[in-house]
Amino acid sequence: MGIIKTENLTYVYGEGTPFRKVAVDNINLDIDEGEIVGIIGRTGSGKSTLIQHFNGLLKPTSGKVFIDGDELFADKSRLKEIRFKVGLVFQYPEYQLFEETVYKDIAFGPKNMGLSEDEIDRRVRETARLVGLKPEYLEKSPFELSGGQKRRAAIAGVMAMEPKVLILDEPTAGLDPRGRDRILGLIKEYHAEKGTTVLLVSHSMEDVAKTVSKILVMNNSKVFMYSDRSGVFAKAEELTSMGLTVPQVTRVFDRLRAAGIEFEDEVFSVEYAKDLVLRLLRERGQSLD
Amino acid sequence: MIKDITIGQFFPGKSIIHRLDPRIKLLLTVIYIVMLFTASGFTGLLAASLYMLAAFIISGIPIKMMLKSIKPILPIIIFTGILNLFFISSGDPLVEWHFIKITDDGVRTMIFMAARIILLICGTSLLTYTTSPITLTDAIERILSPLKVIKFPAHEIAMMMTIALRFIPTLIEETDKIMSAQKARGADMESGNLIHRAKALIPILIPLFVSAFRRAEELALAMECRCYHGGEGRTRLKQLKTAPRDYVAVVITLIFLAAVIVLNMFSPI
Repeated sequence: MGIIKTENLTYVYGEGTPFRKVAVDNINLDIDEGEIVGIIGRTGSGKSTLIQHFNGLLKPTSGKVFIDGDELFADKSRLKEIRFKVGLVFQYPEYQLFEETVYKDIAFGPKNMGLSEDEIDRRVRETARLVGLKPEYLEKSPFELSGGQKRRAAIAGVMAMEPKVLILDEPTAGLDPRGRDRILGLIKEYHAEKGTTVLLVSHSMEDVAKTVSKILVMNNSKVFMYSDRSGVFAKAEELTSMGLTVPQVTRVFDRLRAAGIEFEDEVFSVEYAKDLVLRLLRERGQSLD
Repeated sequence: MIKDITIGQFFPGKSIIHRLDPRIKLLLTVIYIVMLFTASGFTGLLAASLYMLAAFIISGIPIKMMLKSIKPILPIIIFTGILNLFFISSGDPLVEWHFIKITDDGVRTMIFMAARIILLICGTSLLTYTTSPITLTDAIERILSPLKVIKFPAHEIAMMMTIALRFIPTLIEETDKIMSAQKARGADMESGNLIHRAKALIPILIPLFVSAFRRAEELALAMECRCYHGGEGRTRLKQLKTAPRDYVAVVITLIFLAAVIVLNMFSPI
């Protein structure tokens, strides 16, 4: 059994009112520990509702959720304990900042876990370094920071709890390309350093493609597919019909292959594409000489 | 969950009650309230309740919703009931024990008052079930607009009400989101003593205030960008127009009012 497992998970909003809506429909999932997974789907496909089940914020209308082998809601007194295993970073997490200083805000989660002062201090400083906040920022008010810094501070607040699973809901929403790359970079770094499971929710295929190893595609409240990147991008047509796109660079290289240029690799990022083109050119250059 | 709280509680529909002019609906509600308070006996109340039930059935709102609207005021009904039961000393005593004295008048008044409050709440909630909050404030603005002569800011008040109503769901959603985010960080809002719980609200209230102010500022800016400068010379997208059905509704309601007044003459209490 993986770190996250669901059995026939279904969630219905507004049961018994005219606004009834099935948000998550009969989902069976099994995500392995240490994986970095992208969850992708258009707005309203049920991504956000799905992830809120993973730390017990929503109670399934029917079906079960297991975290690390423990069933959520089987024993209500253990809910909080299980909740600490799954760190959830919401959309626009900077709106949850409230403390007087950045330090105190990052320490909020670890403090609620009942850790010792020394341990809290270690975690706050370590995560602040990880997200690239300089030590002098820790004593500032979170409301003095810039937008990107605020977001990184809020993400640090969840990372400091050192959860077994870190889930981020649209962590790059509303950021400029530079801020976006920075956040995606730090997520990758965090994953490399800690080796824990990371779930990245996004509607941008480009963001997901360069960060994750596996992709879960949601469509109309259901799981369309869960596979590695090339498996997902092979279904380009179906993805387009559900309002998603294959990354631009992947499309370009698919067309090049169709045009008769031979190469083995699957291309998901521009940097990789650059290396590939240079290598192919060099190979040809040598054969021409 | 916090989302279950319904404010405004509008129930979309296409019944004739939904389509009545909101100004007329407000007027009808006022006549209905007058009807309830002129009724001096049970027969009068019965007529009023027939009127209300008929309106409920025509509107297609589930009767369940009517019962739901009574629930929050149950304590008030019980409280006034107890007061009436123990403090009315006229009439024939039914129970007498030390200083407690319950009379038949007391029992009758208790039931009468309870029935009146229940009818009042059911009838007025029908107004909010069948009229969207925005149309309602629109109607209020139109009704109050003659008062502009004495410098009464009818438009401004209606605009403030509209904005407040518009932002209730937004703020509820926001509160829900912030609560989820803080819960995910291990915030505990459900246990502990009063002081502990009050303290636990800080992580929710501060971000909520910050975002409310941010929204207010953004909204003001957006309104200014679209040249909003108050109610002077503004026209509206949806003109309120009365139709024959509105007059029919008024006539029916007035007939019921007359019936209640006539019934008063034949009914005791």
